[in-house]
Amino acid sequence: MRFLKKFYTLIIFFFLYAPIIVLMIFSFNNSKSRAKWGGFTLKWYAELFKDNEILSSLYYTIIIAVISSLVATVIGTIAAIGIHNMSKIKKTVVMNLTYLPVINPDIVTGISLMILFIFIKLNLGFITLLFAHITFNIPYVILSVMPKLKQLDKHVYEAALDLGATPLFAFRKVVLPEIMPGVVTGALLAFTLSLDDFVISFFTTGSGVSNLSITIYSMARRGINPKINALSTIMFITVLLLLIIVNKRTSRKENA
Amino acid sequence: MKIRWISTPYIVWMIMFTVVPLLLVFFFSITVQTDEGITFTLENFKKLSEPIYLKVLWRSIYLAFVSTVICLLLGYPMAMILAGTDVKRKNVLIFLFVAPMWMNFLLRTYAWLTLLEKNGLINTVLSLFGIKPLNLLYNNLAVLLGMVYNFLPFMVLPIYSVLSKVDKSVIEAAQDLGANNFKVFTKVTFPLSLPGVASGITMVFMPAVTTFVVPRLLGGAQFTLIGNLIERQFVLVGDWNFGSAISIVMMILILISMGIMSRYETEHVGGGFFG
Amino acid sequence: MSENIIELINISKDYDGAEALKDVSLTIKKNEFVTLLGPSGCGKTTTLRIIAGFENPTEGTILFEGQNINSLPPYKRKVNTVFQRYALFTHMNVFENVAFGLRIKKFDNKTIKEKVSNVLHMVNLSGYEKRSVDSLSGGQQQRVAIARALVNEPQVLLLDEPLAALDLKLRKEMQIELKQMQKRLGITFVYVTHDQEEALTMSDTIVVMRDGSIQQIGTPVEIYNEPKNAFVADFIGESNIIDGTMLRDYLVRFAGHDFECVDKGFGENKEVDVVVRPEDIKITREEDGMLKGVIKSVTFKGVHYEMIAEANGVQWIIHSTAMSPVDSRVGLCIHPNDIQIMEKVVSE
Repeated sequence: MRFLKKFYTLIIFFFLYAPIIVLMIFSFNNSKSRAKWGGFTLKWYAELFKDNEILSSLYYTIIIAVISSLVATVIGTIAAIGIHNMSKIKKTVVMNLTYLPVINPDIVTGISLMILFIFIKLNLGFITLLFAHITFNIPYVILSVMPKLKQLDKHVYEAALDLGATPLFAFRKVVLPEIMPGVVTGALLAFTLSLDDFVISFFTTGSGVSNLSITIYSMARRGINPKINALSTIMFITVLLLLIIVNKRTSRKENA
Repeated sequence: MKIRWISTPYIVWMIMFTVVPLLLVFFFSITVQTDEGITFTLENFKKLSEPIYLKVLWRSIYLAFVSTVICLLLGYPMAMILAGTDVKRKNVLIFLFVAPMWMNFLLRTYAWLTLLEKNGLINTVLSLFGIKPLNLLYNNLAVLLGMVYNFLPFMVLPIYSVLSKVDKSVIEAAQDLGANNFKVFTKVTFPLSLPGVASGITMVFMPAVTTFVVPRLLGGAQFTLIGNLIERQFVLVGDWNFGSAISIVMMILILISMGIMSRYETEHVGGGFFG
Repeated sequence: MSENIIELINISKDYDGAEALKDVSLTIKKNEFVTLLGPSGCGKTTTLRIIAGFENPTEGTILFEGQNINSLPPYKRKVNTVFQRYALFTHMNVFENVAFGLRIKKFDNKTIKEKVSNVLHMVNLSGYEKRSVDSLSGGQQQRVAIARALVNEPQVLLLDEPLAALDLKLRKEMQIELKQMQKRLGITFVYVTHDQEEALTMSDTIVVMRDGSIQQIGTPVEIYNEPKNAFVADFIGESNIIDGTMLRDYLVRFAGHDFECVDKGFGENKEVDVVVRPEDIKITREEDGMLKGVIKSVTFKGVHYEMIAEANGVQWIIHSTAMSPVDSRVGLCIHPNDIQIMEKVVSE
């Protein structure tokens, strides 16, 4: 039984990792073929950093992810507090509408936003891409913050006022720190969703502005390109390092 | 508290960028533009019932269903193994299991392209044994593989999350009452894990039925699922009305199946990303 | 009049049409321990929140030392609150929780340290400064909440069922501690509770409330011995409440018997409520009793027995240290002083 479990785990992990590892190995392959080994090289990496298309989409991906997650975190956190204090009926209506972009297929969200932008004669490009990302990020922030607000003793805010804090001070020094874990989770979630998004971005951008996903898509459609392998390797290593750092940090906090 | 109004900016945003766009989609789905202007019609929905489109619809649902079943069959044992390992190794295992999910979706799909190609790695290895190159790419199987590969974690994590919360004493109680391992599983463990299974099914089926990336990359330019159909109406054909009608139908399908599934979910267990 | 610190004048409060308070008027004197007592939903917490400033009254005036404070926000009022579930700031340690109000008032660090350490000493929490509030027991959290309010030297301390979450033994101890603290510090306490025993133990003045209006204001002794109506009598301790007729001054008929009593001024042949406390009914031999009856049940309550006797169609609750067995025939006697006559409340 133990052996069976180990064997099964091994197979599943092989299935999950084999494609990625092959991809990474071939990023160092001197031959353009994916099947034959032509010796070790770093030339694809060098070319990657000379490729303006990839560099510009990397730039847009990060800029969009940073701005959209920040804006979404601010709007979403404030909105969550407002919604939390709404009457039950209003709350139900607003929360159901908030869930819409989460459960709606990305493609529907994408085309609906595209229709809107074209309808109001907004040129598809950076601004529309940013608006789209903020739109699908806000619900995730709200959904991360709401549970923390529910846990929060509703009298905590009043207690701060009672001790002489103005509403703004009470929010900053008492409410915000208490819901901070939810806010951080929401912001991280928004940031990674934005980094990773393809479908919605695909429909809502234009005029030369594209993010990494879109660039990879168009490159992959044109066939295999070793530069993508190099890019994958860098991205996977980066993600892995970030994850390890985050995990170390949280586990240390739990032990403290 | 007098701070109800502070959610106003969000509500304005939501109406502007969520509600209005969906209303526009709905509007386009029930109209056509003719030379005389815009007229209301159900033509767009009727068009969807033409055999070629029905076939696309059927194939999308069929492939999504099959990939969901495969994910469940592969994923359930994995979830059980993950839930059963001791705490120390569990964290590492979970971490390793989740890590590939953090890689870009398109890169993950692209990785299979490299393996399955006519002169890709698998065929090269096969040729060493004297087997002729197989057509591994651009068929149902390749699309299924892509779906299972991408969505398997969505099945495993919710089931794992429910299983690891199952009270150990419940299982001990069952054993105490004379149930053998098989009975414990069929009568206790599995029924208790049903909420996780329900959310796993939802979380795999939904993206599988709507994806247009996997069929486009692994199925080839001619391979069409609903997602591709919608994309084509907006990007290539420019028939927004028909595209909107398909979107509305898809939305309704999704909402109905979400509704059915949520009856079995006692709680939302999609977490595990930042836990 | 200068003695009055808080005056509520004709306060009413509506929540979306539901009346939480109806025309409540109340005067609280300096250094008084006032308890708002009543069942849940009676408006006692709403009254407290109006004094604290968390709610605005729909109608009426609140005076603080003679000044109208209706529109003064909570953070400008010279009152502090101890919340039911403490509402401690869980992201701060004990010291920072207590220092919160002082920091807002911009005291220098040395003064803050001194004041916090004094107040923590007072609530027996010296040495707990660095502890996180989550690691404290319920009773300790309670003390932090009190210290956090007291350190600001409020003129009035508002306490909203502060002991409700504690177990019985701890609750009794804290009752005594709170009362001593109030006497020592000379601060006005406004205390909300639904526990009548707690109210009787601690208060100078008890305000009994029901359905958003005040039923009676008085000292614990007054409230217990001379309840104004059947609700108060029933709520404060156990009572026998019987329909009766005031035949004339000093004579009342109930349970088919005419009793001498000490009340007058109700008029003749007036329908009244009669209240007799269980401990005021004496059990005698059957032939010596004013009423003759049968013991229906006996329960041992520790210090006394609780017996239920039936006499003249009325069930009487009787508390006595001597036990009469079930089914024994007994006589019941009531002293004129122990008969409390009340006008009938016309119920809505």
